[in-house]
Amino acid sequence: MLSCKKASQIISQSLERKLTIGERFNLKLHLLVCKYCKHFSQQIHSISVALKLTARTIENDDTVKMPSSAKQRITDLIAANSAQS
Amino acid sequence: MTTPNVHNWLEQHSDYLYRFALARLRDPHLAEDVVQETFLAAIKSPSFAEQSAPRTWLTGILKHKIIDVMRKNVREIAASDLLDDEDANVDDFFDDAGKWTDKPLKWDMPENALEQKQFLGILQGCMDKLPAKSAQIFMLRDVQETDNEEICKELNISPTNAWVMLYRARLGLRKCLEINWLGH
Repeated sequence: MLSCKKASQIISQSLERKLTIGERFNLKLHLLVCKYCKHFSQQIHSISVALKLTARTIENDDTVKMPSSAKQRITDLIAANSAQS
Repeated sequence: MTTPNVHNWLEQHSDYLYRFALARLRDPHLAEDVVQETFLAAIKSPSFAEQSAPRTWLTGILKHKIIDVMRKNVREIAASDLLDDEDANVDDFFDDAGKWTDKPLKWDMPENALEQKQFLGILQGCMDKLPAKSAQIFMLRDVQETDNEEICKELNISPTNAWVMLYRARLGLRKCLEINWLGH
């Protein structure tokens, strides 16, 4: 029987790679009797979805602007670089 | 000759590029820097004048600049952080028998917009508490949707190291969220 430590590690890796048949079998068996690891699995999926959502939210938030000081700095740098060439 | 053009681009796309970088690097200064580097790389590119879809093209350059920053950061990770697969150094989370020290509870996921906003806010706070480097590999994986093989290639780490870092980041995030979300 897998320990929770090992099971949670496999659950995490299942987001990264295809599990082997042996891993899948052992994990299923563990999850049948361990609600904590089942919760862990649900939680990391939720976190993954929420992180994507957060990134989309920031990306599409028109109220977030690059500071004008940075824009000015880039403008100056572009001018300096164009002058050289 | 091409200078007026790039000023329009700066006008039209810099805010978007900044937000794109901010969403991934989570650091306003780093986000400014990569946008700056993107524009400087753009004006030096030979294909600069031919771009018909500048936003897509600039975003492509930006993605590489973001990965460069992440690569630099990940390289600085102490060797002790990268243990082998069998011992992921997660002793804070499990007892000697490999059982959870803080047993994951069932979460009530947000049901409405307000709760969702709260949840995302708490998640942000928890991300901020992660070591910056593991937060970044996490962003690369879960937000940039880079596949695992590419992450490893880009960051020059082994798949095992990547799994360990992601695993530990997830354990930390989960615990932090549980404390703060269930207690909200």
